[in-house]
Amino acid sequence: MQERVIEKAAQLLESGLCSRVLGWKKGEFFYDVTPGVFTTAQEVRNEMVFTPFCGANLSKYLIAESRKEGKVAAFLKPCDTYSFVQLQKEHRIRRENVYAVGVQCEGMCDLDSLTALNLTGITGAEGLGENLKVFTLYGEETLSRKDALSLRCNDCKSKKLLDCDEILGESGEEQDSHRFDQVEALEAMTAEERFAFWRRELSKCIRCNACRNVCPACSCEKCVFDNPNSGVENKAAADPFEENLFHIIRAFHVAGRCTDCGECTRVCPQHIPLHLLNRKLIKDMNQLYGTYQAGADFETKPPMLDFTQEDPEPSIITNGRDSG
Amino acid sequence: MKIWKLDRLQDLFAALAGERTLYIPADVAGQAKFTPWEPGMEMTKALNTNRSAKDLFFPQVEDLAAFKITGRQIQVEDNREDVEDFVIFGVRACDARSFSILDKVFLEEPADTYYKNRRDHATVMTLACSRPEATCFCTALGIDPQAPGGDVSCWVEGENLYLQANTQKGEALLEKLPAMEEGEKPQGDASVFDRLPLKDVDFSVFSEKALLHWFNSPVWEELSRSCLGCGSCTFVCPTCQCYDVKDFDTGTKVKRFRCWDSCMYSDFTMMAHGTNRPTQKERFRQRFMHKLVYYPNNHDGEIGCVGCGRCLRKCPISMNIVKVAKALKEGSV
Repeated sequence: MQERVIEKAAQLLESGLCSRVLGWKKGEFFYDVTPGVFTTAQEVRNEMVFTPFCGANLSKYLIAESRKEGKVAAFLKPCDTYSFVQLQKEHRIRRENVYAVGVQCEGMCDLDSLTALNLTGITGAEGLGENLKVFTLYGEETLSRKDALSLRCNDCKSKKLLDCDEILGESGEEQDSHRFDQVEALEAMTAEERFAFWRRELSKCIRCNACRNVCPACSCEKCVFDNPNSGVENKAAADPFEENLFHIIRAFHVAGRCTDCGECTRVCPQHIPLHLLNRKLIKDMNQLYGTYQAGADFETKPPMLDFTQEDPEPSIITNGRDSG
Repeated sequence: MKIWKLDRLQDLFAALAGERTLYIPADVAGQAKFTPWEPGMEMTKALNTNRSAKDLFFPQVEDLAAFKITGRQIQVEDNREDVEDFVIFGVRACDARSFSILDKVFLEEPADTYYKNRRDHATVMTLACSRPEATCFCTALGIDPQAPGGDVSCWVEGENLYLQANTQKGEALLEKLPAMEEGEKPQGDASVFDRLPLKDVDFSVFSEKALLHWFNSPVWEELSRSCLGCGSCTFVCPTCQCYDVKDFDTGTKVKRFRCWDSCMYSDFTMMAHGTNRPTQKERFRQRFMHKLVYYPNNHDGEIGCVGCGRCLRKCPISMNIVKVAKALKEGSV
């Protein structure tokens, strides 16, 4: 697939159809790939990659890139295309300035998943298909790509490629990945256990804002937490509980717009399973208002923006009485 | 050199903790972190902690003072946290070097008494590395991971922990421990350090040319293009030292505290006229210019990076000081 991606990118630039290509740039090691913009076919051939470590969701970059002059070609994985559609639904991307190339995805790996397999001193890897040969300072090991998948790819929700101008490989199907299992496990806890779980996880937060900045649903030009006059700006708060609330507030803020792309958890330097907060809200919305997947289409109204007489009102305080 | 049997490491921790609070790198909620030792707590298997050891001297948030206003009277309270003597065990050579970089900022006159207080109360026991990560590049910055320094240096070889005091503080600490056998540490195999992929990154070039040469480099535009503007790199970095001072109204008084700040943020060093770093390019450039050029300019050529590799592992888009240093040197991306 890498060869096809590179060839397609070079061709789009050479033909003049696009003036820029948004893709992944190779790094020092096999796994430290950086999202990048390429302007010449030569640059593409020298530096562009599509390896099992291209996890970064490129769709959010299109907010800025699609406002520039000329057409940008964007290489998008299935989960990236859900964000792409959702951002269009929110009128954040100028679709006419984007040439979307969907890329079939076999699931992405990351350094954390390799580390979890007790591999240390990883200097590189080889393999674009089913197997991954990992080189370390202490020897080499061949493993199945499946075993090295990042957490979120084990829970892949869909391999469908949405709203693409062209597709490399095939668009797949929605996956039955049991992605709500962990949410159910949390729901099964007592309130005290659940509180302890989240306190333990969220107390690790260093308020680096990586989750917010990478999140395609967090696309405000200026976040209230970056505004020194708001009184809630993003530098560590005076009261640690405020940091804990931050993530819950953010989860509510993106509810109905979060596509469950999992970028928040991928980028968290403290390994907080932030996606579980979003998934809990997705699961609740599915139960209350019917199944809804953000970014799956352009037509369906998001449950938080829609109202029918039959809508349940779970937020009404009933003084302990059953709301029926 | 003193010798302690590794299978009795818990006894050593107990002896140290009997003296004062002992911090060891332990796994907490799945992450290696310097943690107050309690009986039975094991050292992490990870090479280094997720966050750096600077947290113990320069915590992310700390109280500076409180003000209570009654009528026309303002009462100023020194509400800083009381610090007692403590020991940190297991600091790697990179983090140990970071203390000397931070010292040059915080202990220069006028000394930062909050930082100094913690430094004065701490005894640092370092631990030599034998199994580095591929992202380690301390050797490219003149640090010897097998001679980690601190008040006491420790080495693990075979079944033994070898300890050597480097300072009076270190000697005083070792004297308080149960009597130990004396002996020489066998020479370990250090060949792995010659195989480190980033050992030859050249940081010397940054002292060769004038500041503006690097500042005006065309590569910043491209390097910073996909930067998310988060603070991950700054907050896991052992040498990042910027902070903001803020007031918090508790309802009954005003609490003045400081907290880490990040040059990657849009409201960093905000001034009356606004910000002088309007885009991510300027913010990004600030971080690397500070480490590679400004700090060495002010401190005898010492680079403001210790090669711990945390930013290489943590940056969401895998942009880091190694890529920046190489690109600047090459003059193009």
